[in-house]
Amino acid sequence: MSDKDNMTDNGTNTETSAAAKADAKAAPGAASGAAPGAAPKNGGDHIKIVKNATCTFCGCVCDDMDLTVDLKEKRITKAKNACVLGRAWFAEHTIEDRPAALIDGREASVEEAVEEAARILLEARYPITYGLSDSTCEAQRVAVAISDIVKGSVDTTTSVCHGPSGIAFQGVGETTSTLGEVKNRADLVIYWGGNPAESHPRHFTRYAVTPKGMHIPNGKKDRTVVLVDVRKTPSAPVSDIFIQVKPGRDFELLWTLRALVNGKKITADVEELTGVARETLDDLVARMKSCSYGVLFFGMGLTMTRGRHFNSGAVLALAADLNQYAPFVAKPVRGHGNVTGADNVVSWQTGYPFGVNFNRGFPRFNPGEFTTVDVLARGEADAALVIATDPASNFPKKAIETLRRIPVISLDTKPTETSRLARVAFSVATYGINTGGTVYRMDDVPITLRPAFESPYPGDEEILTAIRDKILALRPPRQDAAADRAAP
Amino acid sequence: MTLIPGRTSKQGTSLNAGKLKAEYLEVTSTVEMNEDDMKKMKLKDGDRVRLRSPEGEVVVTCRPKKASDLPSGIIFMAYGPSSSELMGSDTAGSGMPLSKQIEVRVEAVGAGEEG
Repeated sequence: MSDKDNMTDNGTNTETSAAAKADAKAAPGAASGAAPGAAPKNGGDHIKIVKNATCTFCGCVCDDMDLTVDLKEKRITKAKNACVLGRAWFAEHTIEDRPAALIDGREASVEEAVEEAARILLEARYPITYGLSDSTCEAQRVAVAISDIVKGSVDTTTSVCHGPSGIAFQGVGETTSTLGEVKNRADLVIYWGGNPAESHPRHFTRYAVTPKGMHIPNGKKDRTVVLVDVRKTPSAPVSDIFIQVKPGRDFELLWTLRALVNGKKITADVEELTGVARETLDDLVARMKSCSYGVLFFGMGLTMTRGRHFNSGAVLALAADLNQYAPFVAKPVRGHGNVTGADNVVSWQTGYPFGVNFNRGFPRFNPGEFTTVDVLARGEADAALVIATDPASNFPKKAIETLRRIPVISLDTKPTETSRLARVAFSVATYGINTGGTVYRMDDVPITLRPAFESPYPGDEEILTAIRDKILALRPPRQDAAADRAAP
Repeated sequence: MTLIPGRTSKQGTSLNAGKLKAEYLEVTSTVEMNEDDMKKMKLKDGDRVRLRSPEGEVVVTCRPKKASDLPSGIIFMAYGPSSSELMGSDTAGSGMPLSKQIEVRVEAVGAGEEG
């Protein structure tokens, strides 16, 4: 039995745990067990049950959802086992009445919009493709192909999420495992710079804190949970030890821990520098060195602050150091439902995980040069294909100014600031609810989706495939290809 | 002060309903502040404050948090259009702007001063 299978069997009975209570406290009324909408009292032919469906809202990708679907109303009326975020995900993704495609704000056919999108991408000197973390691997693969054909850049939301961790993986390496291994073995669980109670509610209850495992027969009682953060978040009640670090001092604290683990002397001003007392550090180091299996989960409190990839690298180096004493792994806690799939697909297609450019006809990777915030803020891109994300509300102002100036093609399930400014805007089906395909959980475990009901809108893969085919049909014959054929 | 934008449960549930809807916009336009800092600035729960960074400024609603939960000098708000308005675009060659460590000036907004 795989780790994933094992978790599916056992990870569903813990919603009354401390973590779930913390989750409930964080969102009063939202975690009361109420399903999204009320299930019809008299079931009938139009009611369908989808067992072991997958929630793609966050990187936990919980695949133990039992969905009750009203096929007549085309909506999910109950999502058993879903957390507060998952319930909202399933409840709110219904079929909304709006055009499948808009060109310059006017209704257009999908075919017209596909042709306009292809023309924009072909005519651009520096087209960029961005987003992809809420889309299937199959759609991501086509998006990479489009970027390759039009010799643009492809980048995913990883670059503004755990992109710095991706850089650190290349520099430091990664001691890694699946979440199943964590569930079955970890007796020391450290969360650093993250707030799973609000961002990944079932990370505690399904994977890392409360579930009972092969070597953790008593669940949370057999684990020590440590939370390191700059503020006391709703995740703090779940932890046995809360360590409050001064803002912007994570790297110093991590490097101090490395020094202590390796028996080096540290200076007396460590508390003044990091906000953490020497005794607290000594206690944590003793626990890390004596545990049976340790895990460091790290969040964007490390990647989005001063130090960025150095912070992630310090976590990875600390975990590597600790393997002198016990099996110890470090895992980034990933945000979107298939952001891990985006890293995998872009890596297997190009050799690099994000921020890839095809301008010279072969893939090049350079964060800061080919990553989307930078390309837009410098005003270099002259067309953008944006898939399942909203940079017009999430990016810095300078980047948004460029987006307002250039032709944008948007694919999204709902109207956003990006779809509002887009030259071509497609309404698409929701992955996992309306379309099948493959997504990767945050620990790189691929999971097959089981859709609940059909959407009148095409999925990302269908639209992107149509755009790719139209580009291939419209583009002029390549001179270099003709030269290749003529070569002996 | 240092602004730390982040995820919250309400931000997560309301974005599913739609990012152009009133609930999401309200959730992402509310800032949490250390209660002692609020007292020093003569602010009370629900008052409007202007946050200024070198990149821009926004007016948001402030809510108190216990000093034991949110240290003095730190303010927190849910990710969204308001926090993006204050974020710089320099990624120091990494691709990542300093999204969770934004230095801002905080000032009270009197009645009739908005806009």
